Amino acid sequence: MSTQLSVKADAHVMSPVPCRILSVEQELQDTYTLEVEPPGDEWSFLPGQYTMLYAFGIGEVPISISGDPEDSTKIVQTIRAVGAVTDALVGLRPGDYVGVRGPFGTAWDTQAAEGRDVLIVAGGVGLAPLRPVVFDVLNHRERYENVTLMYGARSPGDLLFASQIREWRGRFDLEVLITVDQADDSWRGPVGVVTSLVGRSSFDGDTAVAFVCGPEVMMRFTIQALERGGLTDDRLYVSMERNMKCGVGLCGHCQLGKFFLCKEGPVMTCAQMAGSCWIREV
Amino acid sequence: MSEVFDVLIDQPFFTGMTDEQLRAVSETARLVTFEEGAVMFVEGGPARRSYLILDGDVALSLRTQEHGAKTIQTLHRGDFVGWSWMYPPYRWSFDANVRSEVSAVQFDGPLLKKLSLADPELGYELLRRFTEVIVTRMQALRIQLLDVYSTFR
Repeated sequence: MSTQLSVKADAHVMSPVPCRILSVEQELQDTYTLEVEPPGDEWSFLPGQYTMLYAFGIGEVPISISGDPEDSTKIVQTIRAVGAVTDALVGLRPGDYVGVRGPFGTAWDTQAAEGRDVLIVAGGVGLAPLRPVVFDVLNHRERYENVTLMYGARSPGDLLFASQIREWRGRFDLEVLITVDQADDSWRGPVGVVTSLVGRSSFDGDTAVAFVCGPEVMMRFTIQALERGGLTDDRLYVSMERNMKCGVGLCGHCQLGKFFLCKEGPVMTCAQMAGSCWIREV
Repeated sequence: MSEVFDVLIDQPFFTGMTDEQLRAVSETARLVTFEEGAVMFVEGGPARRSYLILDGDVALSLRTQEHGAKTIQTLHRGDFVGWSWMYPPYRWSFDANVRSEVSAVQFDGPLLKKLSLADPELGYELLRRFTEVIVTRMQALRIQLLDVYSTFR
């Protein structure tokens, strides 16, 4: 199965399509989920892909798709307000319009995980691009062995999709491990970095596949912990981010080593990166 | 004592140690339980023991004037709690409170030290393992200090 929907590099793909906002939900203090009407009846995406969202008159940013890949009736995008464009996007209301280009980029290779243990490791807002993987795996649960979601956030109040997580925890076929970096005594759950969850999960290190997304330093240490657990580079998938502008590998802003992340990423295996992308200067 | 030995032999922390070494370590230890809500030790108290959690959860916290008690880390099955008995001033540097009922192996710190001095090879094996735990925890705390999930504007 291809892990990338092909995108023709022509003028059409560079033109945002106006799409109506269906709903806006505040997830955290600075994080919102927008549901957007798709640009056409044939809309679909693969877990891990992103769109370029255009706030008319303000600017355009890459935003991960965070919804269920089997639901083509809406585009679900979770946005953290960290600048002028994202501030404008989260300020939109139902009925407003946003420009959409995409989907772009590579996908989490869930087919490679079939018949194996699946580890989904998310840090902070990194759960947003991984949520489609959880949906996809659960939609086809019989194809996988043990499935574990490990999620770390700054504090209990920063747990993204908290009600969704509670729903997942109620399942018997999904292990959900949560931790926060800091908490006061009112929090009765685990406190510590997300890497500490790796040692608390049971998985077959010789065959398991891991999908990791979060701040780069978190991904670096998580990969080390997973490697100590037996995973090899070809079974470790990460979502790399750089300054994406065009989405089609033309402008070069997102170059990381020899890769244009907008097109050859953001999802890559550690084997593909082969150490070149963890170099500080790169 | 043999009960402790039977427990220790299955613990990943002691993997690679000889039966003779484990028997010697077992002589410094006993099995204990703590009820939910119990206080294992408090900051500033005399540090003479170490605990290997067999089951249950322990929260390490620090008290501050401004924020009250702040949990800095939780420890779970297979984790060691406390090594302040190894170095002066031999006082605990945080509180340890039991979150859910804990069963643990309690080690007598000064006895372990005496054993290590009498048997340097055993001492090295213990120190190597403790050091690995300390390094891993320190690395994790460094990541926590970075506050990697906060927004930078």
